[in-house]
Amino acid sequence: MVEKFDCIVVGAGMSGNAAAYTLAKKGLSVLQLERGEYSGSKNVQGAIMYADMLEAIIPDFREDAPLERHLIEQRFWMMSDNAHTGVHYRSDAFNEARPNRYTIIRSQFDKWFSRKVKEAGAIVLTETTALELIFDAYGVCIGVRTDREGGIVHADVVVLAEGVNGLLGSRAGLRQPPKPETVALAVKEMHFLPQETIESRFNVKGDEGVVIEAAGAVSQGMTGMGFVYTNKECLSVGIGCLVSDYAKAGETPYGLLEKFKAHPSIKPLLEGSEVKEYSAHLIPEGGYKSVPQLHGDGWVVVGDAAQLNNAVHREGSNLAMTSGRIAAEAIFQVKTRKEKFTKANLKRYPDALEASFVMKDLRKHKDMPALLHTNSRNFFLTYPELIAKAMESFVRVDGTPKQEKESATIAAFRKTRGLGGLVGDAWKIARAWR
Amino acid sequence: MHIVVCIKQVPDSAQIRVHPVTNTIMRQGVPTIINPYDLFALETALRLRDELGGAVTVLTMGPPSAEDSLRKAMTYGADRAVLLTDRFFAGSDTLATSFALAQAIRKIGETWGAPDVVFAGKQTIDGDTAQVGPGIARRLELNQLTYIAKIAKVDLVARTIELERRAEGGTQVLSSALPCLVTMLEGSAEIRRGAFADALRAARAEVTVWSAADAGIADLLKCGLRGSPTVVKRVFAPAPRAEKAKPIEVKPKARETADALIDALFEAKPAMSAELEQLAAGL
Repeated sequence: MVEKFDCIVVGAGMSGNAAAYTLAKKGLSVLQLERGEYSGSKNVQGAIMYADMLEAIIPDFREDAPLERHLIEQRFWMMSDNAHTGVHYRSDAFNEARPNRYTIIRSQFDKWFSRKVKEAGAIVLTETTALELIFDAYGVCIGVRTDREGGIVHADVVVLAEGVNGLLGSRAGLRQPPKPETVALAVKEMHFLPQETIESRFNVKGDEGVVIEAAGAVSQGMTGMGFVYTNKECLSVGIGCLVSDYAKAGETPYGLLEKFKAHPSIKPLLEGSEVKEYSAHLIPEGGYKSVPQLHGDGWVVVGDAAQLNNAVHREGSNLAMTSGRIAAEAIFQVKTRKEKFTKANLKRYPDALEASFVMKDLRKHKDMPALLHTNSRNFFLTYPELIAKAMESFVRVDGTPKQEKESATIAAFRKTRGLGGLVGDAWKIARAWR
Repeated sequence: MHIVVCIKQVPDSAQIRVHPVTNTIMRQGVPTIINPYDLFALETALRLRDELGGAVTVLTMGPPSAEDSLRKAMTYGADRAVLLTDRFFAGSDTLATSFALAQAIRKIGETWGAPDVVFAGKQTIDGDTAQVGPGIARRLELNQLTYIAKIAKVDLVARTIELERRAEGGTQVLSSALPCLVTMLEGSAEIRRGAFADALRAARAEVTVWSAADAGIADLLKCGLRGSPTVVKRVFAPAPRAEKAKPIEVKPKARETADALIDALFEAKPAMSAELEQLAAGL
């Protein structure tokens, strides 16, 4: 006999756990399928977790969630080959009772989240891969087939939280597989250092943490960014670029990471550390224009699988959690009204998502991914180099009159990009940001 | 047929590290697994049950978190699971562990019927003693059949079992009366992938949790640290090998590079040079 649940959630990452938890808390019968050995065993993120979006799901998460450091300082670095020009923002206001951002280690955090899902009453099957969606004769999704013997299971609605590759959804023709120019491939290493070393090196104490995000020459002219995040006893160090760019530039992700780690601004931060983990992950970066159809008869898609990722603000897990929660709430609405799980009724999910920060933010930057992509050499190589030179000239005291220095700097910008190019770039950025 | 399989949750030794300063094993954050040898025992038990009918009960002693390993055993197909957990058991060596497990197996017998076979892995990968299985057998006065590679035949009417035991110099074919205790070798039977129904059942199942009192263990002096005569005097990590790799300069000709490599090898290992010369002389 085939078992039937109210809801099947495919995947136990941020969006899947958020959906499964919310649904189970509301009393629906939930089956969650995860291909990994445990929730988090396959999940890779930088990782910064945004408290507000988790609070909306589990208000008292701070009591027992495994959190590394709350962030009190953000450093944006524009890198040339041997220099960085930075903007730092550090504020004691971030040392609040309920801090806004934390670094986390996903393998630990997701285990905790999964335990919450189980405690809420969902059944979580790990090491169980959903192979395909099952549709009835009318094209309504009625369940999934898994890789276990006798592994067919039915549900009123399937929540696809299967991650960026989204094999299940693309196999069923619900959406296209991600394209090389809309996904980034990021690689990350965990560098272990004694807690005291991290604290003195980054000028923090206790649970305080720092984020460094670095763009420019480190990505060799490709659209991408490097990062260093402080955890309690290790640093997450990584870099990511668009997949299509790697192919074009002939660069390898680990090659980029090696160069990033060797940069004179990064190297001293990692001195003496022991690397214990290496991981890689695809990140959907196509923005608003890549978001696929989000719902249909008997199914919804959330998180990375729905390409819900804000590449400009480097946010993903919060969009994932929020989309999972909103989808769950929409499903609950349909269930309590005893309606059918048709496309029309499930439209509550994309509607609510449109009204939330998720789609508002993505829509705001809808032209940014394409702009950075087509103009990547200028934005990631030319300008950082020019700015580094300008800064050097500004800071270095060598007897050259200031007037001459400033004229030379302006001339360098004009010569490299031309007046039209400069104005055009500024205009394009401003328009895409607006 | 009622089969009891003893399993242990152990740190995944592939991912364990020794603290560079204190020389203690760093267990924090190391994933736990079911002792791999126990999985061969479990699979053998499941196959016997599938063939002859009956039930498989998995038993473990450990902290409350050991429930994960029991649930996993049920995902593979075990019918029920018993977790023996109590602070009185903390610090048990193999003597105290076999005492507690033997008592629990008696209790399992009273509750669900006396077991025909008790299975265990040949040893654990964290303690490596191979003492707990035989210890249980002695306490329950069962025939003990260790290092078993294969169960050839079980006759429930005649109450006999035939098995193959790997021994020095060959394979022994043994026969024993039931009930008995069997410890299984690696590679004897690869654990199955549980069916979907088993996975669902395992996720929903209640694991039976017994304290010392629940298992009918009255003599607490035989449990845990107090019941353990083993004393760990010192723990140390062997010194890492001091030998370092030596770079060989790449010469314009490949042959010259190869010669340089061979010279360096012979310089480091004169015995190898002499041996090869002897070989060459023989030719």
